[in-house]
Amino acid sequence: MSKPIEVSDASFAKQVLESKIPVLVDFWAPWCRPCLMAAPVLEELAKEYANKITFAKLDVDQNAQTAAKYNIMAIPNLIIFKEGKPASQIVGYKPKEELKRDLDAVLK
Amino acid sequence: MTAKTKKEYDVIIIGGGPAGLSAGIYTSRARLSSLLIERGALGGQITDAELVENYAGFAEGISGAELGQLMQQQAAKYGLNIVTAEVTSIELKGDKKAVKTTKGDFTAKAVIIASGSERSKLGTPGERELTGKGVSYCATCDGPFFKEKPVAVVGGGDVAITEALHLAKFSSKVILIHRRDRLRATRILEERARAEPRIKFLWNTVVEKIEGEDMVKRLNLRQVKTGKKSNLDVAGVFIATGFKPNTDYLKGFLPLDKAGFIITNDRMETKIPGVFAAGDIRLNSARQAITAAGDGATAAVNTEKFLAQ
Repeated sequence: MSKPIEVSDASFAKQVLESKIPVLVDFWAPWCRPCLMAAPVLEELAKEYANKITFAKLDVDQNAQTAAKYNIMAIPNLIIFKEGKPASQIVGYKPKEELKRDLDAVLK
Repeated sequence: MTAKTKKEYDVIIIGGGPAGLSAGIYTSRARLSSLLIERGALGGQITDAELVENYAGFAEGISGAELGQLMQQQAAKYGLNIVTAEVTSIELKGDKKAVKTTKGDFTAKAVIIASGSERSKLGTPGERELTGKGVSYCATCDGPFFKEKPVAVVGGGDVAITEALHLAKFSSKVILIHRRDRLRATRILEERARAEPRIKFLWNTVVEKIEGEDMVKRLNLRQVKTGKKSNLDVAGVFIATGFKPNTDYLKGFLPLDKAGFIITNDRMETKIPGVFAAGDIRLNSARQAITAAGDGATAAVNTEKFLAQ
């Protein structure tokens, strides 16, 4: 998958928790400007990490259940799930290089 | 940017906020070969502002994100080169300035430093642990998570009041905690805050600790005049106490003041010939998008003069 996929409350278990490879979930909302700025960076990373990490987006307004489950109180909020569990969390807008460091750490 | 990015420029601009982009518009129009280096997203801190009401020329106000985008388009139109990278080291002395970044090394005859500032941390126990779990530095990003919940804002300047006004749209109660007995904010913002029934003020008060396990639960407060301690139950706390200049990478390479700001003269020249600074990063900056843009233009005009010598 080289483009971020959309996930929801309904599809979260199947698409994220049961995934064979790590999944980065971008918890976002349309009113969050830093989220909109982060989106193109995540699209680039989705290409660079194709087949290693799946990139997913979850709109917190539409999917309040999952957002509440993971205590999302600030966005942009990226959680990398590995074998169904959060392995790493990045809160706030971060430059690409910094995100790569976190992604590489999860893949190690 | 492509792989064949040029390595040598007339001028390198560090930082892509209003100061850096305005400098870039001027240097590009002066036909100086110009490279702007930005580590994050273009537009700078202004992109967090929901509505910018004090940038002359936009009578109805403009969203910060849109203003940033327009500046970027305008700079690109005149050929400004932009690279997204972090500066890793810098050498400013001599005729050839060297800037090493995560995307390669560049040189230039002049450098304009416009890497701005970021929100200061409060430095109280619990702040770091609960960041993203109720501790926030951006009300426009996180405000909607506190619908009908009580929140606190710490600070007394324009940013604190703007955040409190934004939060009053969602939260049941907004308590503004300020260590002095009066605000620093612009009068029109203060008038709006005082007219908003959901905003309450706690004067002469500081936060000593932020409590909570998975989420913020309570603030431990101290009245600075009486020393009296109290607790305040809140679901969120927004920190807006001040700013810290992004100059860590310049330490040892450029004279900075105690707090890390760059000292310039009225031509935006630093102590090193050919090195200019613009915007929030300067000591005593007015910290406005429009003054940053003005600094950027001034720095660019003087860079042109410096290179013509």
